[in-house]
Amino acid sequence: MTTTTECPQRTPEEIRDRHARNPGHQVGAGVFNPRRLLTSLPDALRKFHPRHQLRNPVMFVVWVGSLLVTVFAIGEPSVFTVAVTLSLWSTVLFANLAEAVAEGRGKAQADSLRRTKEDVVARLTDGRTVPGADLRVGDLVVVGAGEVIPGDGDVVEGIATVDESAITGESAPVIRESGGDRSAVTGGTTVLSDRVVVKITTEPGESFVDRMIALVEGAERQKTPNEIALTILLSTLTVVFVLAVVALQPFAIFSGGKQSVVVLTALLVCLIPTTIGALLSAIGIAGMDRLVQRNVLATSGKAVEAAGDVDTLLLDKTGTITWGNRRATELIPVRGTPVDALVDAARLSSLADGTPEGRSVVELCATRYGRATEPADSERAGEFVPFTAQTRLSGIDLGDRRIRKGAASAFTVDASTRSVVDEISAQGGTPLVVAENDVVLGVIRLSDVVKPGMRQRFAELRAMGIRTVMVTGDNPLTARAIADAAGVDDFLAEAKPEDKMALIRREQEGGKLVAMTGDGTNDAPALAQSDVGVAMNTGTSAAKEAGNMVDLDSDPTKLIEIVEIGKQLLITRGALTTFSVANDLAKYFAVLPAMFAAIHPQLGRLDIMHLGSPQSAILSAVIFNALVIVVLIPLALRGVRYKPSSASALLRRNLLVYGLGGIVTPFVGIWLVDLLVRLIPGIG
Amino acid sequence: MSSTAAGLVQVGVLLVALAVVHRPFGDYMARVYTSAGHSRVERAVYRVARVDPESGQRWGTYARGVIAFSFVGVVLLYVLQRIQSVLPFDFDRGAVPPGVAFNTAISFVTNTNWQSYVPESVMGHTVQMVGLTVQNFVSGAVGMAVAVALVRGFVRHRTDRLGNFWVDLVRGTIRILLPVAFLFAVVLVATGVVMSLKSGVTVDGRQVATAPVASQEAIKELGTNGGGVLNANSAHPFENPNGWSNLIEVFLILVIPVSLTRTFGTLVGDRRQGYVLLGVMGTLWSLVLAVIWVAEAHGLRPSEGKETRFGVPSSALFANSTTGTSTGAVNSMHDSYTGLGGGGAMLNMLFGEMTPGGVGTGLYSILVMAVIAMFLAGLMVGRTPEYLGKKLGRREVTAAAVSILAMPTVLLVGAGTAALLPSTKGALNNPGEHGLSEILYAYASASNNNGSAFAGITVTSDWFQASLGVCMALGRFIPIIAVLCLAGSLAAQKKVPETAGTLPTTGPLFATLLGGSIVLVAALTFVPALALGPIAEALL
Repeated sequence: MTTTTECPQRTPEEIRDRHARNPGHQVGAGVFNPRRLLTSLPDALRKFHPRHQLRNPVMFVVWVGSLLVTVFAIGEPSVFTVAVTLSLWSTVLFANLAEAVAEGRGKAQADSLRRTKEDVVARLTDGRTVPGADLRVGDLVVVGAGEVIPGDGDVVEGIATVDESAITGESAPVIRESGGDRSAVTGGTTVLSDRVVVKITTEPGESFVDRMIALVEGAERQKTPNEIALTILLSTLTVVFVLAVVALQPFAIFSGGKQSVVVLTALLVCLIPTTIGALLSAIGIAGMDRLVQRNVLATSGKAVEAAGDVDTLLLDKTGTITWGNRRATELIPVRGTPVDALVDAARLSSLADGTPEGRSVVELCATRYGRATEPADSERAGEFVPFTAQTRLSGIDLGDRRIRKGAASAFTVDASTRSVVDEISAQGGTPLVVAENDVVLGVIRLSDVVKPGMRQRFAELRAMGIRTVMVTGDNPLTARAIADAAGVDDFLAEAKPEDKMALIRREQEGGKLVAMTGDGTNDAPALAQSDVGVAMNTGTSAAKEAGNMVDLDSDPTKLIEIVEIGKQLLITRGALTTFSVANDLAKYFAVLPAMFAAIHPQLGRLDIMHLGSPQSAILSAVIFNALVIVVLIPLALRGVRYKPSSASALLRRNLLVYGLGGIVTPFVGIWLVDLLVRLIPGIG
Repeated sequence: MSSTAAGLVQVGVLLVALAVVHRPFGDYMARVYTSAGHSRVERAVYRVARVDPESGQRWGTYARGVIAFSFVGVVLLYVLQRIQSVLPFDFDRGAVPPGVAFNTAISFVTNTNWQSYVPESVMGHTVQMVGLTVQNFVSGAVGMAVAVALVRGFVRHRTDRLGNFWVDLVRGTIRILLPVAFLFAVVLVATGVVMSLKSGVTVDGRQVATAPVASQEAIKELGTNGGGVLNANSAHPFENPNGWSNLIEVFLILVIPVSLTRTFGTLVGDRRQGYVLLGVMGTLWSLVLAVIWVAEAHGLRPSEGKETRFGVPSSALFANSTTGTSTGAVNSMHDSYTGLGGGGAMLNMLFGEMTPGGVGTGLYSILVMAVIAMFLAGLMVGRTPEYLGKKLGRREVTAAAVSILAMPTVLLVGAGTAALLPSTKGALNNPGEHGLSEILYAYASASNNNGSAFAGITVTSDWFQASLGVCMALGRFIPIIAVLCLAGSLAAQKKVPETAGTLPTTGPLFATLLGGSIVLVAALTFVPALALGPIAEALL
């Protein structure tokens, strides 16, 4: 396990932006553009092929029914039969459209990814040149400045800055170097400076970009376990309704009111769960898409579903729960230095320092000591001395004043300063010594500060039944203090990789599902063991290989969003199934009186919507049934609203909205459709 | 005291009696199915049957045991009826015709007890006592065994063993059904139920049939069987002489299905899990009781040959309990009920016999429905669905779906075919809506193993004997196999720990969900058919 301080850290502002874009911590909405419906039409038409329809039992029944009704409509054409036929085919079309729209969102992204693979030539270390697509595992390739890295691999020699924007969309270049945890490079990214030797780690066609293309296109989409179980349930419902409708004909004949095949088929299509059947695959594709939009790449839909089931979250302290030791919280003068002199020096040394530490010092000087956050004109003349690994300090030269701040080891410090420095270290903070012209003035205490909003976030997770465990290398005392401040349920202090592994095993023994993030090679076993392992894109190939998701932003906080997306995916399926089934009640009230009022006039009393005529009633029900699919496409793509809360509260809400709403909506909908349909000559 | 007030008092007494009895009795049954020891009689049975009572069975073996035992039961019962002429106490009633014998054999083995014959002129005392009564005991014990196996699926972890069918069967018979039936046979004799080996007595020059009624009456109700020793069933004064016997019989019908919810709660280690099931069962039972009661009290056809001895409240109470439990005994003729009242009785069956259902069958049926309801609910809270610490995945949903699908399938195929047959119209007393209700009722009764008859339909033709026989067999054994398969895959799982994210299955929310699912599944499946039968009648 590595401490995440090695990761490039997001600044507080960046992360705050991220949260601002996502208010209330709800899973954000995907964008739906109505024009997509039109552009996806060709794809939707292609999906009429029976081979495609067979994959969805519910819609296959509609497809067969449409075919059957078409035959009858050709045999005995009438306004009613033709209208029903068209409506039934529209139902199939709308289902195809939902899937095509969902898939379409990934297509553009896939195309741009594919371009990164085109015409890439690899220079092997032995001097040969081969096409990038022919590289094998173990090949060593040389990549120079301005060249595209031909395949996934690890840097084995050299250090370089790499532009990964083709994959991550992040324009800031990152550093990749041999050894350590920042050695992984991705095919399709570009080396900006220097030269590295890369050892290829994936076979052709299995690279990161290939996987990503397959993922965003949904080409190799496998049904997830819950989706399969739901499909079985929907098929069962379909069989029940086929039986109920087929058996209705003998009863109708017995009662002296034989029904036409067109009417019976219309009733059947109304009753079977077409709404969820039509939207089911769109929901799955859109769920994966929502992850991709958040720059998370999952190896399978199964992993996304598992994320919704997670019971325990292992969160690294630094970078996830806290900013790391990067916030100045106290200025401690030493050797009798006046506080003002220290504040003055600390502020000056940090004014031009853009690091989070530097800015936090300026902020502290402003909030606690009333100093300006912007440099005065006289202060602009100073020359900034940047931090280097050799000097381990940074500062400013202003006239004859040489102000420096940095690690205690960069200065010669006396015993009293040393004791302050040691005390800060012992409390889990980081000391920064401030000196002017080699005279030590005092020490800045950098503390680990819990990110804003984390407490509330953990409370929400607790309400959802998810236990959070903070993992840290800190000593137990410091760990407890931060755990209490952040409001996590438990913590693992002085954690070694094997401790993390043991914790995961222990949780899993008890039947719990564990999620974690990791980036280092020594995180790999734990990532592989956990049920949901999110590897940071900055991490090693071993870590990325072991996890079942990769976060391209390398933002460990995202684990929480991933859990929410997983839950939202399941909830959307469940809610639309409930809605679909609840719709049937109104359809009975519309269709049954229309079918049988002729033989049993008393059944006309069930026509509480007072529909235009028997034919308009049946037609309206079928049209409503088709239209509701289109209306719900945005919801299927976006996912139903999800706010973290207890299971009971979620169920109560969804039962109310989609159960009760599902009962009421079609009464209104069918009535409205009928107002128009009854105007059609020959129907009303 | 008015008839309504008297009825309310009866219901009150019944509910108090059940409330008092179900706790100790339910816990007793839990001990019966979990205790380690065997009584001397049981050990003797195991020795004779060459059963190792200590060996556990996989679900497939358990299911094969159920099927084999039931198949042998059918064959024995068929043969026994066919050779009646050589048996003692046959009173020259002769061999039972093949069609009747086939139908009756399946009927009694499947706990349906549909009767397509007039007992006092077809069955002698030997067939009654050695054949039918034996099946009244063991068919009930089979249902309880299957229910207990399913509960073990929830309780056990990472095992492929569901217990031993033969042990569960023997214990259910010897430790539960026999002692309680014996006790209540004596009580029923005290209330005036006939117990005689004579074929009949002559009263005022007329021959009145008698039989060893009391001993069979007790198990007829206790095992939710319902097959009468006399044709008029519990409307006959020899089977059900007065208000007290009527109340005792209703109590016997309900006592095991109700107490089994307590057994369930005790076995899963959370009594509230049992109470919530009982709450759902009780609520639906009460609602339908109210429907039948009100429909009959204010019915439009009050005088059409109605049984008037017990009055509307007692008749409604009996009808509701007998159709809600897959018993099928009647103390009044359901065919003479109003459209709404008869529809209520039919609805009880169409719920799938789980309000509170037959002995064992009620418990496993409502648990299967809970699995389906929790699957949907689980999705709606964003977790892989689970119930009682077990995940509901592909296997579980498939098994539950097959179990639920069986009854509507055989019912609708059977009734649909019957409606098309030209001969059917001739077998009906009534044309039109009521005629269709009669057909639907017959197939609902057979497919749900209820056995009560709407009458009004002559079911002695070979078509009816055969098709209803097949409906009874498939309606019984497809769900049993599916339920045991479900139990097998549940038992194989490890337990999912309960966290704050787990959907609680003890509160009113779950009860509403479960009750709603039961009503919704029945409504969605049967409303089209019901619209042409009872609904059209009720709206007249």
